[in-house]
Amino acid sequence: MSTLILDRREFLKAGTVAGTGLLIGFHLSAAAKDPAEEQEKKTPNPFNAWVHISPDNRVTLILQKSEMGQGIMTAVPMILAEELCVDWKSVSVQQASTNPDVYDLGTGGSGSVAGCWLPMRRAGAAAREMLVAAAAKRWNVNPNTCKAKDGGVLHGARNNFLTYGELVEDAAKLPIPNLNTVPLKNSDDFTLVGRDTRRWEGAAKINGSARFGIDSRVPGMQFAVVARCPVFGGIVRSFDAAKAKSVAGVREVFAIDAVANGAFTAGGVAIVADNSWAAMQGRKALQVEWNNGPHTGESTATLHQQFLDHAAKPGKVVRNDGDANAAIAAAARKVAATYEFPFAPHATMEPMNCTVHIRPDSAEAWVPTQAPQWAQDTIAGVSGLPKEKVIVHTTLMGGGFGRRYMADFVMEAAQISKVTGQPVMVLWTREDDMQHDFYRPSSYHHFAGAVDDKGNISAWKHFQTSTSIEAMWNPKGEETPEKSEFATAAFIPYQTPNYRVEYTLAKSGVPRAWWRSVEHSTSGFVVECFVDELAAAAGIDPLEFRLRSIGDDRQIPEFTDPKEGVPLNTARLKGVLKLAAERASWGSPLPSGVARGIAGYYSFHSYTAAVAEASVKDGMPRIHRLVYAVDCGRPVNPEGIRAQVEGAAIYGLSAALHDAITIEGGRVVQSNFNDYQMPRISDAPKTEVHIVPSKEAPSGIGEPGLPVVAASVCNAIYALTKKRVRRLPIRSEDLA
Amino acid sequence: MAISFTLNGKSQSVEVDPQMPLLWVLRDTLNMTGTKFGCGMALCGACTVHINGEAARSCITPISLVAGKKITTIEGLSADGNHPVQQAWVEIDVPQCGYCQCGQIMSAAALLSKKASPSDAEIDDFMSGNICRCGTYQRIRKAIHRAAEIQSAHSKSA
Repeated sequence: MSTLILDRREFLKAGTVAGTGLLIGFHLSAAAKDPAEEQEKKTPNPFNAWVHISPDNRVTLILQKSEMGQGIMTAVPMILAEELCVDWKSVSVQQASTNPDVYDLGTGGSGSVAGCWLPMRRAGAAAREMLVAAAAKRWNVNPNTCKAKDGGVLHGARNNFLTYGELVEDAAKLPIPNLNTVPLKNSDDFTLVGRDTRRWEGAAKINGSARFGIDSRVPGMQFAVVARCPVFGGIVRSFDAAKAKSVAGVREVFAIDAVANGAFTAGGVAIVADNSWAAMQGRKALQVEWNNGPHTGESTATLHQQFLDHAAKPGKVVRNDGDANAAIAAAARKVAATYEFPFAPHATMEPMNCTVHIRPDSAEAWVPTQAPQWAQDTIAGVSGLPKEKVIVHTTLMGGGFGRRYMADFVMEAAQISKVTGQPVMVLWTREDDMQHDFYRPSSYHHFAGAVDDKGNISAWKHFQTSTSIEAMWNPKGEETPEKSEFATAAFIPYQTPNYRVEYTLAKSGVPRAWWRSVEHSTSGFVVECFVDELAAAAGIDPLEFRLRSIGDDRQIPEFTDPKEGVPLNTARLKGVLKLAAERASWGSPLPSGVARGIAGYYSFHSYTAAVAEASVKDGMPRIHRLVYAVDCGRPVNPEGIRAQVEGAAIYGLSAALHDAITIEGGRVVQSNFNDYQMPRISDAPKTEVHIVPSKEAPSGIGEPGLPVVAASVCNAIYALTKKRVRRLPIRSEDLA
Repeated sequence: MAISFTLNGKSQSVEVDPQMPLLWVLRDTLNMTGTKFGCGMALCGACTVHINGEAARSCITPISLVAGKKITTIEGLSADGNHPVQQAWVEIDVPQCGYCQCGQIMSAAALLSKKASPSDAEIDDFMSGNICRCGTYQRIRKAIHRAAEIQSAHSKSA
């Protein structure tokens, strides 16, 4: 997985869209990997970069990551506050500016807490040491006799106390400690890290004062919507603006270009108005003809046929241990299973939007973005301004889930403001958002496997064909399209001497990208459902089969990136499986008509297991209870971890119970929450999250809750009905 | 033609297209952005406000229909964020991204005004029009029970 994380991070670093049509580089720059250079580059004065303290002791912590609901505005500043020794209740949090020389911008890959853990500890410790040194100097004592405590420095022997506010001016002028050697707190002394902490910005989210991107208001701003060709790859053939312009409040109507590479915008016709409503009415009145482009023949049915055609032939060999084909041919107990997944949309509650003001000599933007630097580059490219002249304000986001990594909506706003010279918000309606997303790929998996008479897995073969993410975003991605499609499915923890993985790229005009938990959303499902099938074939309890097939404690190298990747630790995986099973009373009797299923999985360097209790009513599953165990290293904010896992469960259930984006004529059939059903409160099971205590480095938790949920539910359905659900979303005919 | 109504206890008059939904009058004309746009078809509940005390989806309510009526938005639900529902929301730490939560809170407040102590089933039924993509449903349920307690304690002490 670290390959993809690296790519996603590199993607942000190298995500320069200077002007239209420039490719995004996927290379790793040598400079970025030199620790010494990184260290120097990232050793700004902590009182400029990270910690602002006013003379009256108001503490503001700077946050380099974007808040989209994952609680990063709480967890990362907690780390800084811990080392700084300030009272959490007294701190404010402020979003960092778009300065890549100082800040590691870009939020994704469940990597923020993991990536910020050491840098933020060091930054907080450096500031603390400088404050202590300033106090020692003031008192003319040895700094070792002074101690930072509750926002000030104490000198015990003399019972002196100076607040940080009294010291900060002097402290900021002192030498900055070497960040590699600055003393960090003993973790046994942590008072904040590890403590349940409510969301820092929570109060603003219950009274309407929290400002999301869509709430940006700038004097003189206009509101725009864009008429886009509903068929992917289609462009404007011609349009007549007269009727649109006759709508009261509509000011301007003009075409904007599609940007093929990098931003992947559809282009179209922009309708600029005094308010959002007028812009939407103008779009309804617009007369436009499209050139539908090359993809009108694509549909869900043609894609399915393509999958079948690919599956009939061998794919590119991704991994080959032993001889799986021969072992399966010779085996007495074998299983074959085919799984299929549709495209899935992000469907953030706040539709895409972006506010940009391009002036002759500078630009300013208010962007709900996971990638502020990419937004800045995009606006610089469109405006022709140097990057330093483009100020990007990262706003709160009404959900991200990977969708707000993209810069398509930024590109559109920049294109429009470039024409009008006025501040303008580009607003997407729900229909725009549903039909012009970058979807979780659609995929098809054929499995074959065998178990011997001792219950060992004698062979595991996995063929996949999918509409790869890599093939879309990496200019050379068609050479290695499998890179983004397997993750842990290419280094399963279950021991087998004969292990074969094959892949064939399925061509599609439908845009794809990173959806919450990315390829793990499907890899977790297929691996954890297929191992359940093998357990049944072996006649062994599913938990017991997993534990014995995982076997001894060991480290399994990340297959796609054995050098840089973090190995899978089988002891930790078994640990979460056992904990979830124990808390769910695995094996104990349940009411009639209810059954349990289990799944355990490694993703984003974290370990999750879930036990689902489900029944079937009116042909559809009801999920009564989910019991999770998670091991994400040292828990920074346990309350935040529980919230993320609870949320990932619902996000995963949406793909199991409801989600399906279907394609007809090269366009998305669904348009709003009437023909695309979302989980409602009545779908939400009772969910428990048990966190493994750990002193390991923190790892991701925004996404790892997702991959196990649908598998645990479908395995419960099997336990209840002996029906295997092998395609999502679950259909009543698959349970009949 | 000016359309007049009461907004969060104060009289308000706007001159807009009578067909313009209340949502956009609030957001774009009056710059009151607490009420959110989610779907435009009364399918998600992000735009929920109270009209004469009843929960209503402002995205499909033409401004002409609210003439003479009393509108309450999230900004006017309480003086300082201390409505029992708001207190419970903070206590249970319900919001994640928070985008849908103003609508959730307005729906929950309307529910509790009718039903002092709703059951899980009554909560699920009343709140099923409000989507939360972050999946905070379990906490919403818990927070509504907690808000009912807070409300009941208030009414006893009052």
